[in-house]
Amino acid sequence: MRAVLDIDDLHLRIGRMPVLRGVDLTVEAGQVHGLVGESGAGKTMVGRAVLGILPSAARITDGHVTFAGIDLINLPAASRRGLLGRRMSMIPQDPMTALNPVYRIGRQLTDVLRHSLGLGRQAARQRALELLEQVRIAEPGRVLRQYPHELSGGMRQRVLIASAFACGPEFIIADEPTTALDVTVQREILRLIRKLQQDKGTAILFVTHDLGVVAKICDRVSVIHSGRIVESGTASQLFAVPQHPYTKALFAATPRYDRPGNRLVPVPRQLTLRLLEDAAAYDQRRRMLRHA
Amino acid sequence: MSGSYFLRRLLLAVPTLFGVAVIVFVLLRVVPGDPIAMMIPPGAGADDIENLRRVYGLDQPMLVQFTRWLSDVARGDFGVSINLRQDVGRLVLSRLPASLELAVVATALAVLSGGLLAIAGVYWRGRWPEAVVDGLTGLTLAIPDFLWGLVFILVLGVLLPVLPISGRLDPRQAIAFSSQFYLAESLLRGEFRVLGMLFTHLVLPAAALALPLMAVIARMLKTSLSEAMTQDYVLVARVKGFTRGRIILREALRNAMIPTVTLTGVQFTFLVGGTVLVERIFSYPGIGNMAIGAVISRDLPLIQGLILTFAALFIAINLLVDLTTVMLNPRVRHG
Repeated sequence: MRAVLDIDDLHLRIGRMPVLRGVDLTVEAGQVHGLVGESGAGKTMVGRAVLGILPSAARITDGHVTFAGIDLINLPAASRRGLLGRRMSMIPQDPMTALNPVYRIGRQLTDVLRHSLGLGRQAARQRALELLEQVRIAEPGRVLRQYPHELSGGMRQRVLIASAFACGPEFIIADEPTTALDVTVQREILRLIRKLQQDKGTAILFVTHDLGVVAKICDRVSVIHSGRIVESGTASQLFAVPQHPYTKALFAATPRYDRPGNRLVPVPRQLTLRLLEDAAAYDQRRRMLRHA
Repeated sequence: MSGSYFLRRLLLAVPTLFGVAVIVFVLLRVVPGDPIAMMIPPGAGADDIENLRRVYGLDQPMLVQFTRWLSDVARGDFGVSINLRQDVGRLVLSRLPASLELAVVATALAVLSGGLLAIAGVYWRGRWPEAVVDGLTGLTLAIPDFLWGLVFILVLGVLLPVLPISGRLDPRQAIAFSSQFYLAESLLRGEFRVLGMLFTHLVLPAAALALPLMAVIARMLKTSLSEAMTQDYVLVARVKGFTRGRIILREALRNAMIPTVTLTGVQFTFLVGGTVLVERIFSYPGIGNMAIGAVISRDLPLIQGLILTFAALFIAINLLVDLTTVMLNPRVRHG
């Protein structure tokens, strides 16, 4: 298997706070790689570091990120912009805020086509219509003329998915793309992403906190806690025999619709504390190494 | 957004103007100061004064005076200026175009420079140009328009006499105009020499009026632009591979303009108010300058006419601002 994205020992701080503590992760071509973790584990920052859209206070302090053989960390901004849209893109978390409220859908779909592929106005419109059909939007001609506020959340997410796949990228980061949607819409959107991904052979880094979602869509999974990957493997492997105690606890903590009688089991406090202590000890070791 | 909304707003202007008329009329007669006392020569007798009061109808009870004036106004007759002995309507109309041209040029200057400052400040966020922008807006915000007028006269009119400091045109030049809109007329006729001359006269008072408004626009737009730059749709645009400049101008700006236009509309009324002092300082023949003269001579009909004109102007500006906001914001347009 060929790796599309290779993250090696990535360290990142926001201000003085370590957020990523040596993340190792490899996404293979044409696969969906789940990145699972609880809030604050650093999973969103991994995606943003890859895309180069970190918040201004965030700094990458160590490590490598390689995309299709290109070193992303030391890439000049202009070259990075050449990759974005065309070869890498993103499905955002909240479709309600990810579309520009003052412009029509048509403009927001065609702009990336015209910019990245150099299509003319007519060709871009034609392509946008095809894309909307691919994400199963009825009456695509009408939707192109509509404003975001005229569409439902599910429809907007379909538009954003169409936009992410627009230029046929090799790699997409999906940052909790179903979290803001209700459950029935969630399933449709997941199926849609999976189908497009398989048809086009796109690799996806699928960031989520929801193990149910992971089971539905991912080929491989990495579990992240306090800025480190604690376990990584194929989805079936991980679900069958989770190795790390945190992964086991995460499974136990997942509500099951098929077993409604079961009580919810939170991740044990002792375990969380131990993982955080490990992280703190790790930070201290790094500090000492740096000063030595 | 429909024509009926527009119509409703226009109809609402009638009670507003009526309210203004009542307040102005009553206030002018309650505050001390008598127009007759201002015009009589020293040593005039008591019956001379009585006579004059009768001529101008000032001997009647206030309610009678008011209904008489209001019914005249409703028919388009604003009375006769006590001091200038001319029809108030005609006097105001002859001066209004000069003020409108001044206000429009000042606003254009303020919007352009304020907009550019805000965009530059956001584009170079965290670097030295942002500090320059913040310093400049702080300075221009702190100094009022009339003070800028005096500074300009001192620096560009006296110390370095490069620009004219009074009037609308060089009095030695006799130029025939068919309307009072000198600037618009010479622009339409393509007389660029005249246009240039008009502009050298206009630029200092316009800049004095524009600077405080520029500061307000720059600060407001910079804040809302920075706000817009943190939105998810900007993140999406970054991932599309767009440059920072394109994202500011084509993604964030239109969103940021919505609150800025609303605020600018409010501030613009201050600009119109500011014309009163600034026109005086630059001896500019507009309604603001005329208003000061009218107040000094307690010229009641003229003051009333001028204030009604200012009020109508404010209402028109507010309507224009609301229409602009609606045009910018599709959510309101469809709502």
